[in-house]
Amino acid sequence: MKPVSMMAELMVAENIAFYVIAAVMVFAAVRVVTTKNIVHAALYLVLVLAGVAGQYILLAAEFVAVTQVLVYIGAIVVLFLFGIMLTRAPTGDLDDSNREQRVVGATIAALLLGVMGYTLWKAYRDGHFGVMQVQTTSNVATSIFSSYLIPFEVISVVLLAALIGAIVIARRD
Amino acid sequence: MLLNQFLFLAAILFCVGVYGVLARRNGVMVLMSVELILNAVNINLVAFGAYHSSLDQGLDVSGQVFALFVIAIAAAEVGVGLALILLLYRNSRSIDVDDIDLMKG
Repeated sequence: MKPVSMMAELMVAENIAFYVIAAVMVFAAVRVVTTKNIVHAALYLVLVLAGVAGQYILLAAEFVAVTQVLVYIGAIVVLFLFGIMLTRAPTGDLDDSNREQRVVGATIAALLLGVMGYTLWKAYRDGHFGVMQVQTTSNVATSIFSSYLIPFEVISVVLLAALIGAIVIARRD
Repeated sequence: MLLNQFLFLAAILFCVGVYGVLARRNGVMVLMSVELILNAVNINLVAFGAYHSSLDQGLDVSGQVFALFVIAIAAAEVGVGLALILLLYRNSRSIDVDDIDLMKG
């Protein structure tokens, strides 16, 4: 098999994977914001987040994909489930949006999508990916600990502050 | 692959998140919609990073590093946000964001 045709087949496979994952993600995202059962919304959110991790792998960003699974699916969704449990939200049907709010929200979201879609289509119509460079974890680590060392330290302080702040806010006294 | 595929996917996710923030009143649902928005931004960052390093034939992981920072900030945001919602529930027995009008003029 010639390398060119192999590349072409690989690109077809990438495209199929992209569209399958993207379809699942869009469906799950719509269900997150429309479902009446709040626990189901959290579980659909897992589907969206896993799809995002899949897209990162298609973009050859392995470390971000693993971090996505660990932090989002492993921690943030669990935090959401605890939040649902502790606020004793109705686990059955939840009617928390009236018709007017839905219409206004849908109108604004559709307008936003129209503007963004038009702009993206105009600006990046012929933006083809070249040969995808695999960005290994060591590249990311080198970048974080050289160019982005100070932002990295600041992020640690922000996380510590958020941790202490969350404890102080939620504490019973 | 086209760069636009990823950008359009991110735009759709972003708009779905905006709809969720505007239309839902449950505080936890609003936070979940904010997560959708942050993930849309992350897809954009990683896609642009991969696009540039695939064109220049050089490794540039800045997009990924930015995405990691956004993930860290999102974790902090959810922690504080859920603590606030918990406090709200304890004080008013409701997490409907339309009920928070104590400072309304």
